[in-house]
Amino acid sequence: MAELRLPKNSRIGVGKHHAAPEGAKRSKAFRVYRWNPDTGENPQMDTYVLDLDECGPMVLDALIKIKNEVDPTLTFRRSCREGICGSCAMNIDGTNTLACTKAIDEIEDEVAIYPLPHMSVVKDLVPDMTHFYAQYSSIKPWMQTQTPPPPDRERLQSKEDRAELDGLYECILCACCSTSCPSYWWNGDRYLGPAVLLQAYRWIADSRDEYTGERLDDLEDPFRLYRCHTIMNCTKTCPKSLNPAKAIATVKKMMVERR
Amino acid sequence: MSLRTPLARARGLGSAKEGVQHWWMQRVTAVALVPLSLWFVASLIAVAGADYPTVVAWVGSPLNTALLVILLVSVFYHAILGLQVVIEDYIHREWLKHALLLSMNFALILLGVVAVISVLRIAFVAVLSAGV
Repeated sequence: MAELRLPKNSRIGVGKHHAAPEGAKRSKAFRVYRWNPDTGENPQMDTYVLDLDECGPMVLDALIKIKNEVDPTLTFRRSCREGICGSCAMNIDGTNTLACTKAIDEIEDEVAIYPLPHMSVVKDLVPDMTHFYAQYSSIKPWMQTQTPPPPDRERLQSKEDRAELDGLYECILCACCSTSCPSYWWNGDRYLGPAVLLQAYRWIADSRDEYTGERLDDLEDPFRLYRCHTIMNCTKTCPKSLNPAKAIATVKKMMVERR
Repeated sequence: MSLRTPLARARGLGSAKEGVQHWWMQRVTAVALVPLSLWFVASLIAVAGADYPTVVAWVGSPLNTALLVILLVSVFYHAILGLQVVIEDYIHREWLKHALLLSMNFALILLGVVAVISVLRIAFVAVLSAGV
């Protein structure tokens, strides 16, 4: 059953306050979700006030500064710091996005930072991505063919066919879209979610793949595909400006086409 | 506690290989309801304030009877499809979900059949007895 309140052990309390450093001219408060599985306590929001003159421009810069200089216990994922690895996906200022490409000065007042919504939390800003990745591997994200590859060259693709993959191949699987989708919140166990459906369409749209029908068969399910109710949060939140909703709509159209 | 792999969990019971029909019919009925509703509202305005025999005669004309029946079938079919999705979305206790789906279907089919019979009754009985 959809629940309107967080379960008791997930309700968020007020945490520690770390004041601005001495002589800070441009101080900015960062409210960060903290939860430690080892203490058995409820999650809390810790506030860190930083001097923006001493901090890089992105939210990730602030998080790294906090971890390096204020509180080394703060836990989050990050890697490339340029929006290509998808590690630092989190909910910033009410929207799922990548901390490394979100500028601090885009946010007025305090910067509220939570882990991706409706995911099990491993610690602080680190969500458990196991099921998301398992769903990704369930759609067989690799080329499937019956025709053996040409012995002397790669499988050819026309420029037009290659263009079909634009807007799909750029997906970095950060899960911002899937975790912004209410349908994925309520039925994520069976609904594949926008990210995985966009990836599924990426292989359906690939002119070199020969298993389009089987791929559509696997998606044709009231939950796997049809829990999408075109809410459009996915497209709105995508930090790479992709359009998962359109990919899903195209899959639905193909389902009708092949009837 | 389950030691099933994450992939086994994600695959679950496999694809049901259905859902297109549901999705397509929801769209078809939605599109059909646009002109049907406009026609219905316009017609109601046209006969508003008219006397009983006029309204009965309006319902009893073959085209109006047919359109009314199509409108009612579309409305109830569309409502059943939509409510089914709402129940599946939000109710996760299997027994409760099935109980609600069955009662919702029964209630709406009952209402729909009553509505269609009412229209036919006016068309066949009232019109004949009124001698229009």
